[in-house]
Amino acid sequence: MTRVVLTKPDIDRALKRIAHEIVESQRGRFGLIFLGIPTRGVHLARRLARLVADIEPQDVQVGTLDVTMYRDDLATQSTRATVATEIPSSGVDGSTVILVDDVLFSGRTARAALDAITALGRPDVVRFAVLVDRGHRELPIRADFVGKNLPTSTSERVNVSIAEVDDLDEVSIA
Amino acid sequence: MKHLISARGLEATPTVAILDTAMDMVDVRTREVKKLPTLRGKTVANVFFEDSTRTRLSFEAAALALSADVTTFTTQGSSVSKGESLKDTLQTLEAMGADFIVLRHPHSGVASTVVNSGWVDAHIINAGDGTHEHPTQALLDAFTMRSRLRGENARGSNLAGISVVIVGDIFHSRVARSNALLLRTLGATVTLAAPQTLLPREIDSWGAAIVSTLDEAIDLQPDVVMTLRVQRERMTSGFFPSESEFTQLWGMNDSRLRRLPPTSIVMHPGPMNRGLEISGSVADSPQSTVTEQVANGVAVRMAVLYTLMGDSR
Repeated sequence: MTRVVLTKPDIDRALKRIAHEIVESQRGRFGLIFLGIPTRGVHLARRLARLVADIEPQDVQVGTLDVTMYRDDLATQSTRATVATEIPSSGVDGSTVILVDDVLFSGRTARAALDAITALGRPDVVRFAVLVDRGHRELPIRADFVGKNLPTSTSERVNVSIAEVDDLDEVSIA
Repeated sequence: MKHLISARGLEATPTVAILDTAMDMVDVRTREVKKLPTLRGKTVANVFFEDSTRTRLSFEAAALALSADVTTFTTQGSSVSKGESLKDTLQTLEAMGADFIVLRHPHSGVASTVVNSGWVDAHIINAGDGTHEHPTQALLDAFTMRSRLRGENARGSNLAGISVVIVGDIFHSRVARSNALLLRTLGATVTLAAPQTLLPREIDSWGAAIVSTLDEAIDLQPDVVMTLRVQRERMTSGFFPSESEFTQLWGMNDSRLRRLPPTSIVMHPGPMNRGLEISGSVADSPQSTVTEQVANGVAVRMAVLYTLMGDSR
């Protein structure tokens, strides 16, 4: 049975709030780089970047961070396709990186992402924004900005649909 | 895919995926930290029963770039000279922890024998078996063609519409066989140019057109001219009258290069016999991809190691 937990207006509001929280935490320090984790994190990163720039006009950069080769389950999972990592030409050194993903679950993707960032350079600060935090962490990792805390059981599936990929904005549990 | 033995078994979709992964590996090579942790704790054994410079170094560089441990075995100074069998050598290496065995052997078919025998559990990568196949060379050549000729649009694409001429010592060339098979799978058109004596008997199964001189092949205005090394060490009898006649009919030189479209490329898998199958000035021209092929080799082999890693069956 599928249950819709976030509709398009819910997602819009959540992203708007996160954007405000990011601007607030910035305290006037510019040089934000949003790095989305493929696939859906990339589109959420673009949306957040736009929202942040609307709230406080500034030069915001967006990139893609592929974490596939940094995962810790490669030997046990079948091969995943890699995606191009795209970093602003100025690099990440000295910037504030906002890592963006759709769902935070075990925390293993975020762990891999932190390693991937380290290989690219040394940002001043790395923050983590997710649309949905569904719990069940396996590592000591938490998100700085959360769209919606969603209590789930491990047997449930959280499906995030994003208009850019799936033609509609929706979060459901199955 | 657990092993990579032959270009014959490769299908188009997984091949394009390997080439796409290789693009991301090229990108990694330009980063501040040029290593990935992907194969940490895994061991790659390079087992070379035949001389090699670039393939062995390339596999070593690829394994190291993925944080694997690397052991290299060459027949010189080994127990092979005491008569140790291939089976015992490979089982010894696996007992020492090899997860991948990169195998080069002077006899055709050895890599598939090893896979079918069940002697070892490790992933087997064929790095050249006799005059049979050299699949990673074909992958890196396909990668080089795709990036040179497609540029920005390379990702996700196959080689449909690209015409390739393979010229020279096709009989002894595992590179030619692997390339002809893989290029056809990827949708390219392949034409072979060689003296009758240097064409293998089962050439009909390659699905390639055959012309008898390089000049005829150049008239087709191909996108790629792939020259091959004349393998003097494998030539026991007279395959062609003289080296100067070979150069005249099948050697890539300046005047033939000028007759090609300016966007066409000239490839060579190395090591080159400058002045025999390719002239020095062609090898050093901007249309030559010789050094690019070497650089791409590392990225493509990284992609191959990564792709095989995910399949332990």
